[in-house]
Amino acid sequence: MFSNPDLLKFIFGRLTLEAIPYHEPILIVTFIGVMLGGLALLGVITYFKFWGPLWRDWITSVDHKKIGIMYIILAIIMLLRGFSDAVLMRAQQALAFGENEGFLPPHHYDQIFTAHGVIMIFFVAMPFVTGFMNFVVPLQIGARDVSFPFLNNFSFWMTTAGAIIIMLSLFIGEFARTGWLAYPPLSGAAYSPGVGVDYYLWGLQVAGVGTTLSGINLIATIVKMRAPGMTFMKMPIFTWTSLCTNVLIVATFPILTATLALLSLDRYVGTNFFTNDLGGNPMMYINLIWIWGHPEVYILVLPAFGIFSEVVATFCGKRLFGYASMVYATCVIMILSYLVWLHHFFTMGSGASVNAFFGITTMIISIPTGAKIFNWLFTMYRGRIRYEVPMLWTVGFMVTFVIGGMTGVMLAVPPADFVLHNSLFLIAHFHNVIIGGVLFGLLAGVNYWFPKAFGFKLDPFWGKMSFWFWLIGFYIAFMPLYVLGLMGVTRRLSHIEDPSLQIWFVTAAVGVALIACGIASFIIQLVVSFRKREELRDVTGDPWNGRTLEWSTSSPPPDYNFAFTPVVHDHDSWYDMKNRGYGRPLQGFKPIHMPKNTGAGAILSTLSVALAFGLIWYIWWLVAVSFVAILAVAIIHTFNYNRDFYISAEDVSAEETRRTELLARQV
Amino acid sequence: MTPMLKRFFQISLALFLPLLAGCNMVVMSPSGDIAAQQRDLIVISVVLMLLIIVPVLFLTLYFAWHYRRTNVNAAYDPEWHHSTRLEVIIWAAPLAIIIALGAVTWISTHKLDPYRPLDRIDAARPIPADARPLTVEVVALDWKWLFFYPELGIATVNELAAPVDVPINFKITASSVMNSFYIPALAGQVYAMPGMETKLHAVINKEGEFDGFSANYSGPGFSHMRFKFHGLNQQRFDEWIARVKTQGTALNRDAYLRLEKPSEKEPIRYYASADKDLYSSILNLCAENGKMCMSEMMHIDMMGGAGKESAENREKLEYDNRRVERGENTNSPTHPASGEPSRSPQEPNSTVNDNGQQPMQHDMHNMPGMDMQHQGHQAPDNGDGNPAPTQLNNNN
Repeated sequence: MFSNPDLLKFIFGRLTLEAIPYHEPILIVTFIGVMLGGLALLGVITYFKFWGPLWRDWITSVDHKKIGIMYIILAIIMLLRGFSDAVLMRAQQALAFGENEGFLPPHHYDQIFTAHGVIMIFFVAMPFVTGFMNFVVPLQIGARDVSFPFLNNFSFWMTTAGAIIIMLSLFIGEFARTGWLAYPPLSGAAYSPGVGVDYYLWGLQVAGVGTTLSGINLIATIVKMRAPGMTFMKMPIFTWTSLCTNVLIVATFPILTATLALLSLDRYVGTNFFTNDLGGNPMMYINLIWIWGHPEVYILVLPAFGIFSEVVATFCGKRLFGYASMVYATCVIMILSYLVWLHHFFTMGSGASVNAFFGITTMIISIPTGAKIFNWLFTMYRGRIRYEVPMLWTVGFMVTFVIGGMTGVMLAVPPADFVLHNSLFLIAHFHNVIIGGVLFGLLAGVNYWFPKAFGFKLDPFWGKMSFWFWLIGFYIAFMPLYVLGLMGVTRRLSHIEDPSLQIWFVTAAVGVALIACGIASFIIQLVVSFRKREELRDVTGDPWNGRTLEWSTSSPPPDYNFAFTPVVHDHDSWYDMKNRGYGRPLQGFKPIHMPKNTGAGAILSTLSVALAFGLIWYIWWLVAVSFVAILAVAIIHTFNYNRDFYISAEDVSAEETRRTELLARQV
Repeated sequence: MTPMLKRFFQISLALFLPLLAGCNMVVMSPSGDIAAQQRDLIVISVVLMLLIIVPVLFLTLYFAWHYRRTNVNAAYDPEWHHSTRLEVIIWAAPLAIIIALGAVTWISTHKLDPYRPLDRIDAARPIPADARPLTVEVVALDWKWLFFYPELGIATVNELAAPVDVPINFKITASSVMNSFYIPALAGQVYAMPGMETKLHAVINKEGEFDGFSANYSGPGFSHMRFKFHGLNQQRFDEWIARVKTQGTALNRDAYLRLEKPSEKEPIRYYASADKDLYSSILNLCAENGKMCMSEMMHIDMMGGAGKESAENREKLEYDNRRVERGENTNSPTHPASGEPSRSPQEPNSTVNDNGQQPMQHDMHNMPGMDMQHQGHQAPDNGDGNPAPTQLNNNN
C-alpha cells in the first residue's frame, strides 16, 4: 500500500515526511519541550479528573466571563511564543556581523519575523483585547451576558483554531517567509510555492471568523443591553472604546477576509489579482491590506485607552476629566483611522497631493489622541493618586506613548518618511506605541480586573517588578533601534555587514533580556498570588474603591452577574450609588433566565482546523469531509432547542445570602 | 522657506546637531541635497512637536509626583472634572501645532516629490541652464541591483556612480518582487516594482562612497542586496566610465536572463555595452524571447481589444508562471559559491517563436487578433514617449 505514490498523494496531499523539520535542532528541542509540557498537562488533568469540569465549565461555557478569561489565557500563551521569536531575532541580529552568519539561516529567520508579527498582532493583542471586552463590558453595562452567548463561545474557539493552525506550522511544514502582511508578488504562488503562506492565509481566515462575529456580538450587546438609565453619554469610557473598536472590527475585518480570499484565489486556482503578469497588480493588495491594517492599530489601542481611563479615574479617586471630550476624541479617532492607510506606503509612488493628504490626515489623528493624554493628565491634577500596579502602568504608558506619538507624526511627513520608511526607526516607533500603548494597557487591565475575575488581588511586589523590568527593558531594547534607523539600517536583515553597529544590537538584546525578566515576573506574580490567595482575598467585590458597575457585584461575580439589574443615574454609576447610600437588595429575588452551555463551538472549531489543514496540504478528501461536517454540525445545532434554563429564585437567594454573610463578617 | 521659518530652523539645528554628533547617523548628515532637505523636515517636525511634548512630559511627571496619596498638602478635589477653558486649550494647542506642521507637510511633499525634477543643486545653487542630468535606469533583481546608463551605453551590477552636483534621474523597476531603492546619503527611498516604473530625482553634493540597499524585504537574499554608490568629480567619473568600458563585457538579452536568476552576494560587474531596449523590455516583462510586452498588450487594448483570438496571447503574457514551470525554486537562492548551476549558459529555447522571430520587432502579422489596419503601427515606445505601465503619478 505504501508503495503506491498515487494513493499516498491522495491520502496525504503534498504532506510528506520531509515536512517534519527533524533536521532543525532548534525546532526539535522546542517540539520535545512542547510535547513533554503537553503530556504533563494532560497527565495532571487526568490525574485530578479535571476532564469533566474542563468540558462542562469551560470549553462548552457560554458565560462571557469565562470566555473572556479563556481569551486572555490564549493571549498569554501566544505571548510566550511570539516573545520567543523576538528573542531569536534579537539574538541573531546581535551575532550575525561580518563573517559570522549567526545561528539562523535566512530560510528560518524570515519565518521567525513573519511569525512574530502575525502572532503578536492576531493572537496576542487581539485575543487579549477581545478577552477584556468580553469580561468587562457586560459587567460595566449591568447585563447578564452578551447578546449572543453561543456566538461568543464559537468566536473564541475559532480564534483558538486560528492560533492552533499557526502553531502547527512550527512542526509540520513551514510558516510564511513574507513578512507579517504577506505582500504579493512575494507571497504569490510563483515566489512562495510552499505551504508557509497557506498556513498564514487559513490561520488568519479562521481566526477572522471569530473576530468578526465577536465584534457583531459586542456591538449588539452594548447597543441593546445597557442597564436602564445608562444612556450613551453615561456609558463608562471602557465601554465606549469597546463600542468604537467593535465598529472598526465589523467594518474592517471583512476587507481583510476579502483581500486574503483574493490572494488565496491567486494561489489556489490561478487567478491574477495580484500577480505581475496578465493584468494583476500587487499595489491593489497593498492598498486593501492597509485599509484593514491601519484601523487594526486602533482596534488594539482604543480599548487600551479605555483601560487607562478607568484606571486613572479609580486610582486618582476622582472623576475622569473631560468625559465628553474623551468620548468625542474616541469617535473622531475611529472615523479618522479609515482615512490614513496610505501612509504605510508613501514610497510606492503616489503623487504629492495624495501623499500630502494622507500625511495630514495622519497628523490630525494626533489631535484627539493628544486631547486624551491631556484628559488623563488633568484627571491626575488635584487627585489623590494611589500607586497600585495598574496606576504605575498608566504613568509609564503616558510617558512612553507620548514619545511614540511624536515619532509617529514624524513618519507622517511624507518626505521624512522616505528616509525613515522600513528602517529600524519605524520598528522602534510601532513597538513604542504597541508596547507602550497596547501592552502596558493590557497589563494594567490584568492587574486591575484580576480581583474581579478571581476574588483575590495580584501580588503587588511581583507586579511592580514586572512593571519596572518591562519599562526599563523597553527603553533599552527600542531606543537603540531609533538610533539605528537614523543610521540608515533597514528592517528584516538576517545579517549585517557593518561591524560598528553591533554594539547597538547587543544593547537592544540586553533590553530584550530585561523584558524577559518582566514576563517572568508576571508569571511569578500569577503563581505567587495564587499561593497567597487567602492573604490577598477580597470579599467586598470592590477592592480599589471603583467607580463603575462591575465593582458593585461580588468577586468573582455570580453566573448571573447581577441579582437585580441596576438602575443608572451617572456615568460613574457605582461611585454614584455608593455616595447615595445604596443598599444591596436582600430579598424578593426572582428566577433568572440564562443560556445553556453547548459544545457546538468547540466541535466546529476542531473541524475548521481539519478543513484548514486539508486546504494547506491539498488533502482534498479531508477538505470535503470536514466541510460537510461543519455544515452538518451547524445545521444540527440550529435544531437544538434546549438552549436555556432558569436559575431558581431559591438558588439566587442562597447565593446572595452567602455574599451578605461574607460582607457582614468583613465589617 | 520664509525667513522666519529659516531662522527657526537654524536655531533648532543648532540645538540638535551636538546631540547627534556622537554617532554616524547618515540620515541626519546626508551628502545629497534631497536627503538634506528631508533631514531638515525631521528636525523641524521634532522641534515643533517638542513645543507640546516637553510640557506634557513635565506635567505628567510633576502631577504624578505632586498628587501622590502620601502628599497630604496637595489639593484634592474629587468632583472637579470639567473646565471649558482647559478643554479649549487641550484641543487648540495640538491643533495649532498640526496646522503649522500640516502646512510644512503640504509644501514639502510637493517640493520633495521624487517625481519632480530638481530645481537646485543645493541650498545655495540653482540648476545651471546648461545642466544635463544623468539618467540611470535601476532594476532590482533577485538579489542584486542592475544599473543602466542609457546616455553612456553602459551598465553595472551592484555598483553605482554619479558625478557630484549633477542631477540624476532614476527610473526604477524590478524583475520579480517588490524592493525599495534606497541610498540614505543621497535621497529617500522609492519602491522598485516589477512591471512598473517609479522615479526619483536626486543629486549628490559630496564626493565619497555611500551605502545603497534594498529597504523592502524581498526574500532570502535580501540582507545582502547591497551596493556602493560613488559620488565622483567629473574627471574621476569619466575615468570610471572608461574603466567600465574597458573591463566590461556586453549585456545582451541572454546575458541578462542569466543574470536575472536568483543569486546572492553577487560581485560587482561591468558591462561596456547594453542592448538599447533591454531596460524597457525588462519593464514590460518581455526580456525573454517570445514574450509579448505589456506595452504591446496595452496598445492592443487601447485599440479596442483583440476579441476572442487574443486568448492565444495569454501564454506570451505569462511572466510569473514560467519561473515555476522551469522548475526553478524561486525561494531557495542559488549561490555562486554553492556549486549549483546558478546561471546555466543554456537558455531553454522552447519559448522562442517557431519562426525565430525577435520579440522586440513587433511584427503585427504574428499577433493573433490584431486588427490589420494598424499594421505597421509601432507599439508605443517604452522609453520615454508613452510609458504605458508607469506609476499613477504623472507629475513629470
